Amino acid sequence: MGKTIAEKILSEHSGKDVSAGDYVVVNLDFMYMPDTSSPLTIDLLREFKMDRAQYPERTVFMFDHCVPAPRMEMANWHKKVRQFAEQVGAKVHDVGDGILHQVAAESYIEPGWIVVGGDSHTCTGGAFGALATGMGSTDLGVAIAQGKTWMRVPETLKFQVGGEMPRGVYPKDLILYIIGQITADGATYHAMEFCGSTIETMDMEGRLTLCNMAVEAGAKFGIVASDEKTREFLRTHGREKAYREVRPDPDAVYEKTFEIEATTLTPVVSHPHQVDNVKSIEEVEGTSIDQVFVGSCTNGRAGDLRLVASILNGKKRHPHTRLVVIPASRRVYLECLEEGIIKALVQAGAAVNSPGCGPCAGIHLGILGENERCLSTTNRNFHGRMGDPSSFVYLASPATAAATALHGKITDPRKVL
Amino acid sequence: MILRGKAWKFGDGISTDHVQPGKYFHLRGNLPELAKHVLEGAREDFPALFAPGDFVVGGRNFGLGSSREHAPTIIKLAGLGAVLAKSFARIFFRNAINVGLPLVICDTDQIQEGDELEVDLEAGIVRNTSRGAEIPFSPLPPFMVRILNDGGLFYHIRKHGDFQIE
Repeated sequence: MGKTIAEKILSEHSGKDVSAGDYVVVNLDFMYMPDTSSPLTIDLLREFKMDRAQYPERTVFMFDHCVPAPRMEMANWHKKVRQFAEQVGAKVHDVGDGILHQVAAESYIEPGWIVVGGDSHTCTGGAFGALATGMGSTDLGVAIAQGKTWMRVPETLKFQVGGEMPRGVYPKDLILYIIGQITADGATYHAMEFCGSTIETMDMEGRLTLCNMAVEAGAKFGIVASDEKTREFLRTHGREKAYREVRPDPDAVYEKTFEIEATTLTPVVSHPHQVDNVKSIEEVEGTSIDQVFVGSCTNGRAGDLRLVASILNGKKRHPHTRLVVIPASRRVYLECLEEGIIKALVQAGAAVNSPGCGPCAGIHLGILGENERCLSTTNRNFHGRMGDPSSFVYLASPATAAATALHGKITDPRKVL
Repeated sequence: MILRGKAWKFGDGISTDHVQPGKYFHLRGNLPELAKHVLEGAREDFPALFAPGDFVVGGRNFGLGSSREHAPTIIKLAGLGAVLAKSFARIFFRNAINVGLPLVICDTDQIQEGDELEVDLEAGIVRNTSRGAEIPFSPLPPFMVRILNDGGLFYHIRKHGDFQIE
C-alpha cells in the first residue's frame, strides 16, 4: 500500500514499515527552541540530572520572542540559555538573528528530516518536504537529552490546489481560506499535505506561510513535497547538497482530499477572536484600524516586506494608523536593506524593529491598548493575544496590511495594486 | 484513581493564551506566581473562585494555540484536578500528560457549572453526582497512561531509561 509523506519519513526513521495509527520512537534530525520555552526545559533537565544533549550539533537555541530583552527576567532567561548551550555544546542564535522558524528554514531544515521545536509554529519547516512539529518544554527536554521522541503516525488530509491565484490573493489568503473551511480543529492530530499546480508554482516563501499555519487547524504537520523550488531555495542559501526528493507514493492513502480551485479565491481576513473566523474582505472592509503589523514567522519574509513597500510606493501611512514592520531574520533584514525596502518603509511612516517575533505573542514592540484594533500578518488573533483583553486582532496578507495602512481602515488590496 | 471536585465550565476553543495570558510572560520563571493567574484570559476572576481538586470543563479543542507547557503546568500547580473537554488540541494534550495533569475526553454538555463530579480514570467514567448521570469516556492510549502514572515524561524516562511505548 502506498504511503503519504508522513508515513514514508516516519517509516524511514523508525526502521519499521508504519502507517497511520502506529506509534513509533524516532531519532531526531534537528531540535530547536525559542527563548520562551527553553528556560523551563533547562530547569527540568537540571532537576532530573539529564542536562546533556545527545546530538549537540543538531540542538539549537534561538532568541526571538524577547529580543532585545525587554525585561530583566528575560535577560536572565537569555543568560541561562547561553550558559546551558555552552555546557552541552549546542548552538545559540542570539539577539538579532531572527525568528526561530525563519532561521531554521534558511540555515538548517532539510527534506526528509524529522524536526521538533519548542514552539507551535515549528510546522513551518514542512515546506521542505520534512516532518516538523511543535512540542512543549518537557518533550523538547527529553528530545535533547535522548536524541529521540515518540510519535503517533498521523492520518493525512490532502489539499489539492489547482490554478493561478488571482491578483490580490496570496498564500496567506489560501491558508486562511482553508482554515475557515475546515475550522480550527479540522486537522487535529493530522498531517496536511498541500499539492497541486498552485503549490507547484508557489515559491518557498509562500509554502512556508502555508505550512506555518497548519497548526491553526490543529495539524501536527503541514507538508509540501520537495521539488525544484526547494532545491533552488537551498541553493541560494548555500545548502544545495541537502536537497533530496521527498514525495508521497502515487497510491498513498489519504483520510480525505480537499480540492480547491485557486482561481476562485479572493482576499480574506480572519476576524477576532478565532483564526477560523474567516470573512471575505468585503465583509470587513472599512473597519478602522489603529495599528498594522507586518512581520512574524508567517509573513515577515523579504517577499512580504517587498510587497508592502511596493504598495506603499512613496505614499505615507494613514495618520491615525501606526505601522510596525519587523523582518523575520537578519538575512531578510539585510536583503531588504540592500534593496532599499527598509528605507521605503521608514519613509512611508513605518516603525521598523530588529528581527524577532515582535508583538505577535503580546510581549512587546507594538502592544495594543484598550479597544484598539490591529490588522496583522501574523497567525493568531486570540482574545487579548496582542495586548489589552479588549483589543482586536485581524489576520490578513501583507498586501491587505499595506492597503489598510494607507487608508487607516481595512482595505481590499485589489484597490491599490 | 478517583478524583472528586466541582465543575467550572468554559466554552469551546480555550487557547493556551487564555490559560496563560501573554501579559504574564515575564512570570514564566516563577511558576507558583504564574499559577495565580491561571485561566484569567478566559475568566478574569477564576483564580479566586475554585477550590483544590476542582475540574476545568471545556468544550471543543481545549488548549489550542501556543505550545506553552506553562499552561497545563499552572493548571496542575494551581491545584485543579483535571481538565475535561470534548476534544483537546494536540500539543496541549501531550504537554498535559507530560506534566502529569489528567485529561478526560467526554461529552461535557452533560456537565453544568457547579456540578459535583467523580472522575474514575481507570474505569473511564465521569459520575455527575449532582445530576445522577454517568458519562463514559475512552481511556488514554496505554503508553500515555504509563507516562501519567509515572508522574509525567521526565519521571517516566528517569524510571525506565527510555520510552516504554510497547
